[in-house]
Amino acid sequence: MTTTLERPPERTPLPPTTARRRLSAFVFRSRRTRLFSLLTPPVLWLALIYFTAVFSLLATAFFSVDSFTNAVVRTFTTSNIVQVFSEPAYWRATGLTVGIAASVTVLCIALGLPMAFFMAKLARRRSRGLLVALVITPLWASYLVKVYAWQSMVAPENGVLAWFVRPFGISGPGFGTPAIVLTLAYLWLPYMILPIYAGLERMPDSLLDASSDLGARPWRTFRSVVMPLVYPSVVAGTIFTFSLSMGDYITAQIVGGKVQMLGNIVYQNYAANLPFAATIGLIPIIVMLIYLALVRRTGALENL
Amino acid sequence: MNFSAGSRWAFRLLMAVGLAFIYVPLAVIIVNSFNASTVFAWPPREYTTRWWSDAWHNTGVRDAVLTSIQVAVISTLIAMVLGALLAFALSRYRFFGRQTLSLLVILPIALPGIVTALALRTAFRTILGIELSIWTIVVAHATFCIVVIYNNVIARLRRLGTSLEEASMDLGADTFTTFRRVTFPNLRGAFLAGGLLAFGLSFDEIVVTLFTAPAGVTTLPIWIFQNLFRPNQAPIVNVVAAALVLLSIIPIYVSQRLAGESTGGGRI
Repeated sequence: MTTTLERPPERTPLPPTTARRRLSAFVFRSRRTRLFSLLTPPVLWLALIYFTAVFSLLATAFFSVDSFTNAVVRTFTTSNIVQVFSEPAYWRATGLTVGIAASVTVLCIALGLPMAFFMAKLARRRSRGLLVALVITPLWASYLVKVYAWQSMVAPENGVLAWFVRPFGISGPGFGTPAIVLTLAYLWLPYMILPIYAGLERMPDSLLDASSDLGARPWRTFRSVVMPLVYPSVVAGTIFTFSLSMGDYITAQIVGGKVQMLGNIVYQNYAANLPFAATIGLIPIIVMLIYLALVRRTGALENL
Repeated sequence: MNFSAGSRWAFRLLMAVGLAFIYVPLAVIIVNSFNASTVFAWPPREYTTRWWSDAWHNTGVRDAVLTSIQVAVISTLIAMVLGALLAFALSRYRFFGRQTLSLLVILPIALPGIVTALALRTAFRTILGIELSIWTIVVAHATFCIVVIYNNVIARLRRLGTSLEEASMDLGADTFTTFRRVTFPNLRGAFLAGGLLAFGLSFDEIVVTLFTAPAGVTTLPIWIFQNLFRPNQAPIVNVVAAALVLLSIIPIYVSQRLAGESTGGGRI
């Protein structure tokens, strides 16, 4: 009886041990080396530049300025803090800025939520991409150009809005707080729509069907099903609208008339009195940190 | 879910109102650049293309565009390297302080712009004692562009998983070959889309730029800002504004090509 023995399978030859191969193996084995070389450059950059910067801003708020030379004097003083906190004008500016940021946020939700809902749930699948592109497009147009466009829109006598409402016997908004709110809402609207759209798109349509099968009317479905699920996305959007509005000074300068936001006070003072400007600059940081702490538990930060 | 015809129309109307809100101001900018009068008034009475040729030959505008491109290219390249490294580290490894770091990366963009601007200026001038130059603008821009690249790359890395890389290594490719032949080609779209976003962000930046630019260096946004309040420059500013609106179609087209099916090809 003869059996044909199968040839044993040939072994794949090992690649020759070159220097490159050894290095590759070392990198593969040593997780720590990989992580270290990945992390060092960006962490050094952020630490050296950004955290130095924020830290020096904090420190400068406790310095003072030489009244003759405008040079910063590096001795500890709380006079700036005391000055800012005891002066009602700065409290008013803070209130106004937070108020503007809040109004902008509300306006963006009021406009952005229905738009995002239409895009994600009502529009035909084919036209969704186009609608997203249409919403994103203005983000690529220059920020300054868009503010400039709103200067033409709201200008009191010959502006586009004034021209549009004149036949109805109404006058245009003119420059001031309403113009700032409109312009900022315009600038940040896509930042609100996109996270909400992404959140709604993740939500299965069957949930809406189930809700209506169980007898809920559209409004009830919106309140009890859509809103709880899309809430973190809305909050993610508000972080953008709120923070971007808190730190703006260009818009107020161009369409705000005499209105001064916190950013404008910083802009006017940074050259002459840096410590004072730094102290004012702390206010938006504090407001934003409070806001981030409040929204942290909603899970919105993972939606950014 | 069954929507009544009425509510469908209500949503459609709101969408149309929203899109009108978005596009009317941009249209105004473009129409206005052909306004023959040097004084703004709506609607324009006469139209001309004269301002377009004037703007084309304006040396101030040309220099500003070149400066902006220089700043944007260099800061984008820096941010691309740093952002991608960070995305790899945070998506592929678990280490102490990972959560904190992922929060700290977004700070330059999550904190109000004026804070970032003032903080960087303070660091350059008071703490480090550096004279402002085109390089301080580059450093500032790169710092807030990192997060854009990081976001794009980390999203792609999460979706990609590690199975392709493991397969490549099982087939005998070493770490570098795997990166070159498997990881990077899968990542390229997101990486370049992020780079494009960063370029756009930097090219357009004004809030931080005003605080980190020295007197002589004029980027395009600074040029516009300086000339916005000069009445005799209004026609040129109008043309530059209209050109920027029209040119914004190019990055949108490119980013759509790069991002392909992925959503959120926006600036977030």
